[in-house]
Amino acid sequence: MMHGLWLDIGPVTQIEPGSARTLPVVGGEEIAVFRTMRGEIYALVNKCPHKQGPLSQGIIHGDSVTCPLHNFRISLKTGEALGDDEGCTPTIPLKVDAGRIFLLREAVLGPVPAQQAA
Amino acid sequence: MNAQTGFEQAASTETRERLVVIGNGMAGCRAVEEILARDPHRFSITIFGAEPRVNYNRIMLSPVLAGEKTFDDIVLNTPEWYASNGIALVTGDPVVHIDREHRQVVSQSGHVEPFDKLLIATGSDPFVIPVPGKDLPGVVTFRDLDDVERMLSAADRGGSAVVIGGGLLGLEAAHGLSLRGMKVTVIHLMGTLMERQLDEAAGWLLKAELEKRGQTILTEANTDAILEKDGHVAGVRLNDGREIAADIVVMAVGIRPNTALAKAAGLDTERGIMVDDHMITSDPAILAVGECVQHRGTCYGLVAPLWEMCRALADKVTEKAPEGSGYAGSVTSTKLKVSGIDLFSAGDFTGGEGTEDIVMRDAARGVYKRVVLKDNRLIGAVLYGDTADGSWYFDLLKKEEDLSDIREALIFGQAFASGGALGDPNAAVAALSDDAEICGCNGVSKGQVVDTIKAGACSLAAVRSQCKASASCGSCTGLVESLLALTLGEDVQEGPKTLCGCTSFTHDDVRRLILEKELKAIPEVMQELHWESPEGCASCRPALNYYLLCAWPGEYEDDQKSRYVNERLHANIQKDGTYSVVPRMWGGITNPQELRAIADVVEKYNAPMVKVTGGQRLDIFGIRKEDLPSVWADLNAAGMVSGHAYGKSLRTVKTCVGSEWCRFGTQDSTGLGVKLERMTWGSWMPHKFKIAVSGCPRNCAEATIKDFGVVCVDSGYELHVGGNGGMKLRGTDLLCKVATEQEVMDVCAAFTQLYREQAHYLERTAPWIERVGLESVKAQLFDDSEAVKWLAGRFRYSQQFMQDDPWEKRAAGDRNDLHAHLGEVRPLLLENA
Repeated sequence: MMHGLWLDIGPVTQIEPGSARTLPVVGGEEIAVFRTMRGEIYALVNKCPHKQGPLSQGIIHGDSVTCPLHNFRISLKTGEALGDDEGCTPTIPLKVDAGRIFLLREAVLGPVPAQQAA
Repeated sequence: MNAQTGFEQAASTETRERLVVIGNGMAGCRAVEEILARDPHRFSITIFGAEPRVNYNRIMLSPVLAGEKTFDDIVLNTPEWYASNGIALVTGDPVVHIDREHRQVVSQSGHVEPFDKLLIATGSDPFVIPVPGKDLPGVVTFRDLDDVERMLSAADRGGSAVVIGGGLLGLEAAHGLSLRGMKVTVIHLMGTLMERQLDEAAGWLLKAELEKRGQTILTEANTDAILEKDGHVAGVRLNDGREIAADIVVMAVGIRPNTALAKAAGLDTERGIMVDDHMITSDPAILAVGECVQHRGTCYGLVAPLWEMCRALADKVTEKAPEGSGYAGSVTSTKLKVSGIDLFSAGDFTGGEGTEDIVMRDAARGVYKRVVLKDNRLIGAVLYGDTADGSWYFDLLKKEEDLSDIREALIFGQAFASGGALGDPNAAVAALSDDAEICGCNGVSKGQVVDTIKAGACSLAAVRSQCKASASCGSCTGLVESLLALTLGEDVQEGPKTLCGCTSFTHDDVRRLILEKELKAIPEVMQELHWESPEGCASCRPALNYYLLCAWPGEYEDDQKSRYVNERLHANIQKDGTYSVVPRMWGGITNPQELRAIADVVEKYNAPMVKVTGGQRLDIFGIRKEDLPSVWADLNAAGMVSGHAYGKSLRTVKTCVGSEWCRFGTQDSTGLGVKLERMTWGSWMPHKFKIAVSGCPRNCAEATIKDFGVVCVDSGYELHVGGNGGMKLRGTDLLCKVATEQEVMDVCAAFTQLYREQAHYLERTAPWIERVGLESVKAQLFDDSEAVKWLAGRFRYSQQFMQDDPWEKRAAGDRNDLHAHLGEVRPLLLENA
């Protein structure tokens, strides 16, 4: 279990199985939160490693998503491009507790400044 | 067996170490049994239980509910067991406090019990979803015998039951209540039943079977409130407004480790009580075991891990643990205890990086098998309909053996894969006798298939068309391929291209079988046609969605998950992730009100560009996905609807001004264009579809590079088809010449429908006509004098369901989740939170 501060981004039910929703970050990269048809939750930076297409808008099958711009297939587990393509999208560690999704704060916003962490 | 007796025994003078166990369930008692087996005299033992009864087998509550077993059948430890082992059992007086400083526990009645070693086995609590009405009489969980008795007394009165939760426990409760004569509805939040144990395909089979047995299964259903009448539960309301009447509501949505006592005592807890490999908590004198613990990051909700945990624990507390021993975590497997349904799942079958799926489907027997390999080792298995090999797969999974040698035959099960030479599927097929049946659907024997191959059928497709083997469900495709390889060696020819890598069938096969077998849902197609991947891919899902939509208009429910983004968001995605919006301009005609509304939208949403398109309308660029619904609301208000500029659908009808204004015009080309667009808009197609109407042979509307082009002449209308102005320029072929506007409309509808029914997904009319030949298209339209009428009739029927403006619904708030962000992260606000 990873330690750190977690951001509560609301209930799992906000995301239909087999779809994704977006979470803009002021001063940071927009995050795509995926829910697979089997109900697993993944979070990735919402950018394809190829030409920065919004992965949140791709078709989700199994635990991969196909980018809507040029059909790169990206693993939701690792962010890696699958098949013959190369590249990797950063993943955001998350946990699900009591039906709510929590993202690892430092992966979303960077490390906590020292005086605030204390 | 009452509290008093227990305390008296425990209080007697004692030189042995004192072991206190909190929890008289399967984990606590099993741990005590393991300890007694190693060192029967080491501890003086006191067990506290919250339920007023001896330890019973909790996982057998489902058969008790179903009437297959009685309580006496499922008792694990009788009163005699406690007595003969000198164990003090305290029931009905639960421990409320652990005093670590003084090494004692305090019970509800205030009794204090000292310990040298404490074992926490508090198990888990059912999770109750926090909705209004959750505490009403008649709302029960499914955890202990009291719950079962409440369900049985409700069933005695008859009526209806709602079970919230379509997991293992919920389905077993539903099964029991259904056998007891209640009308049962299962409400499940996810799209797939038992989604933690099953994939989509197996979940669909299970749902179909339960529905056949009379249960109502509602998936993707979210409970909003539990309804009350006269102080008792009366039903359930879903968040889409549906209400389901119920005399009893069973909540079976999951369990949570019961960590309250441990947490209050300051032990390390996360989701469960943190333990090491010998089940020791952060306090060396305190152990914990069972569903309440978290070991190496995992909490278990099944019984199997318990046995290994208890062994590791007993080894340690009796100081008999061999060097390096301990509990290393469990791989779990699941079987559903519903009679007549064979279902098994084990390990990790989520797929992903470096994993490989082997899928076998036998639609005739209702069988679905899937094994998942990683680095040639089995890591997961899902079996439905035939679970005979479940334990064999589970064994392979736990042993982590390299399976390269039997990989090819693995999916056929132990008998096949372990049979030495039979491990090679070709050898196994070679060993079959000539009259062995290969294709069960069409009754074709091995001898017949081999004769067909010897007579010149050199590919799978040729065998399929000549003797029908593997032409129906495809489950014998592997066998036929083996026979081809055995008979022809390297002379086997590659067949025509399959729909995608997930299937051995071609587009045409899939379309034909959807109609023949009346397949009406994507998981159903995948099961019946033996799809080789569990959920399909980004190629086959949109194709199947279209084929089903075309085959069953008005019946098939469009699957948004299988739609490409543009068709899901009804706008065109651009390279920067924004969208462009094109409102429809019928026949390319517009007016001040529409132009004003477009200008207003451009200003209001700061659209960086507006462009006149080749299809005679205006394209507004740079709209963000969250702004789309309000853009559409503004355009709708001015009377404009979606232009479907984004879809595999009718795009535009381009016109010239024709006889109304033009000195050369022969007919009213704009008027006819508008009529054609009114007839065809909103129709989904294999690919985009463009129409144009030119008012004279000068052809200003460029009708001869469109999918359907009309060129007006003095004596009537020339109808052209199969043109394409795209990457590969193709001029149209002349289809026919007609005299009246009505004939133009009818032939247009009939041709469009023929294309919709016969082209492959993502095939424009140009390559379709090149593939099938213009003569074939003409013959199908005109050889039978009724053909145009029938085809046009089917098109118009289908259009009844297609012609509603998708923007209007979205503007009114439908599927807002597709547009709105989850929220926004602003660093400064969060720091203070």
